[in-house]
Amino acid sequence: MMEPLSPAIAARGLVKVFDEIRAVDGIDLDVPRGAIFGLLGPNGAGKTTLLRMLATLLRPDGGSARVMGHDLESASQAVRRSIAMTGQFASLDEDLTGRENLIFLAKLLGFRGRSARHRADELLKAFELSEAADRQVKDYSGGMRRKLDIAASLLVVPDILFLDEPTTGLDPAARKSVWRLIRALANQGTTILLTTQYLEEADQLAERIAVIDHGRKIAEGTSRELKAAIGSSFLHVTLSDPARVEEAAQLLEQLLASEVQRSPEGMALSVRVNPPQRANLALTKLAEAGIAMDGFSMAAPSLDEVFFALTGHATNAGSAPGENA
Amino acid sequence: MNSEATATVIQRERPPQPGPLSNALAFGWRAVLKIKHVPEQMFDLVMTPIMFTLLFTYVFGGALAGSADHYMQYFLPGILVQTVIFNSVYSGMGLCTDLGKGLFDRFRSMPIWPLSPFAGLMVGDMLRHLIASLIILGVGLLLGYRPAAGFSGVLLGLLLLLAIGFGVGWVFLVLGLIMKTPNTVMTMAFTGTMPLVFASNIMVDPKTMPGWLRLFVEVNPVSSMASAMRDLMNGQATWAGIGLALLTPLILTLVLAPVTLWLYRRR
Ligand SMILES: Nc1ncnc2c1ncn2[C@@H]1O[C@H](COP(=O)(O)OP(=O)(O)OP(=O)(O)O)[C@@H](O)[C@H]1O
Ligand SMILES: [Mg+2]
Repeated sequence: MMEPLSPAIAARGLVKVFDEIRAVDGIDLDVPRGAIFGLLGPNGAGKTTLLRMLATLLRPDGGSARVMGHDLESASQAVRRSIAMTGQFASLDEDLTGRENLIFLAKLLGFRGRSARHRADELLKAFELSEAADRQVKDYSGGMRRKLDIAASLLVVPDILFLDEPTTGLDPAARKSVWRLIRALANQGTTILLTTQYLEEADQLAERIAVIDHGRKIAEGTSRELKAAIGSSFLHVTLSDPARVEEAAQLLEQLLASEVQRSPEGMALSVRVNPPQRANLALTKLAEAGIAMDGFSMAAPSLDEVFFALTGHATNAGSAPGENA
Repeated sequence: MNSEATATVIQRERPPQPGPLSNALAFGWRAVLKIKHVPEQMFDLVMTPIMFTLLFTYVFGGALAGSADHYMQYFLPGILVQTVIFNSVYSGMGLCTDLGKGLFDRFRSMPIWPLSPFAGLMVGDMLRHLIASLIILGVGLLLGYRPAAGFSGVLLGLLLLLAIGFGVGWVFLVLGLIMKTPNTVMTMAFTGTMPLVFASNIMVDPKTMPGWLRLFVEVNPVSSMASAMRDLMNGQATWAGIGLALLTPLILTLVLAPVTLWLYRRR
């Protein structure tokens, strides 16, 4: 009799404690095969720690997990055969050239002689690193290291690919390339678990998103479900006079009984309106107070706003720079 | 990345699972590449022993052994032991640096033989020991060192030296795994090894030393290593002497190889 295929990742109550800090504090995670799954959370939330446990780099202090059906604890070598991980910080040999790094890792994975070099060259070409292939990695830029590090995880395409902030430090074109690559990998069966600081990245890529804060999972769903769960719309107002921003913010907070988010430049305000009809009243009151507006709009919450509503603090990076500028 | 490039990247082709030897060889290859890319490291490794050889031979040699030539015969085999021991310290520092960089995270998440990174480090060490010893030996020969046992004696001496380097190497790999920074590895390592190296018979025959120090020098394992080297290259080696020189490296390997593995796998 055929057993039903195990999910790619099934984690129950994972815990990791560092000294006093409960970096991961009881997380359940179910990731189906072939999915792109995003972990979202502020700095220090525990995303990296969770990934490192699932990649057999840290031993959980509690809970258990099966990765491609293999127990993390008792079958860690089998787990390692199913995964590859690109960590948050480059894991390359700085003294070796880009090509040598890939050939070396290819040999470790069982490619021999010419086929190791062939696979390395293929990846260098695909990641547009051929020109830099014979330079030592210590002379690479941040983005080049990032690309080489991702390439190194694909020498043998794994069943599960862990990507810890895969596109941090990449230019917009390279970021788009990595997104395309991630989708292509998922299409032909690789499961992808990624963390990101960029909400747009999670929104665009991930079929499901788990929001992590203080080592706990505080929400999970598709991007649409997360937005719907907030259950309200957002009013965005752009003001003309910077001197009156504070006044306008206070007015909106009073009227709508909800916290106002300010844009980094300060001229745009966003606030939750529930029910949406109350936006009319708010705009009227602003006009009555003589506060001029350059524009206003109503929108379903962005993932940014969902994140803010759930965790009570904005992400440090906001949306991806260069993507919507 | 265009769609053609994407297609080559995502092809799922998996070579057969490699064995431990293949893993160790890959790490050995990396060690060779590192020597090629960072040749200045070899310079660091041989300059100190060459300075020692010149200073001791020409400044103290006459006083210590009657003549500089005489002293050179006594000193050169011992300085090789010192070189190998201090060389190994650098390897522990290198390991500590690698661990701090996340490179080992990749190794630890790969399905490889867990000891292979250390096998690779050892291969690199052996190569560095060999290159450094040959350079120092070459300088010695130029300056008038003459091994009485000839070529075969030197060859056996080098083999003994590699065995010593292999055994002693574990101590510094363990330090590299325990300590947080390469600098603490160096401080700890030199604090520990300086007394052993200097209060040994490498530089001076202990005959003239005060009794308590002489006792220490005579039981110091570094002394037995230096004596065995001297005897091998002079053609006066005994099995007992060689056995005594190999005892410490053997014990270190038996005890510390498992400790290394345990420290590496703890997480
Ligand atoms: N090796 C460690 N020793 C001690 N504390 C640690 C260690 N690794 C992580 N922590 C702590 O655990 C918590 C979670 O860290 P983690 O790196 O998992 O967060 P993160 O969500 O990846 O954050 P970021 O977005 O900044 O990468 C933090 O408080 C961090 O200080
Ligand atoms: Mg992180």
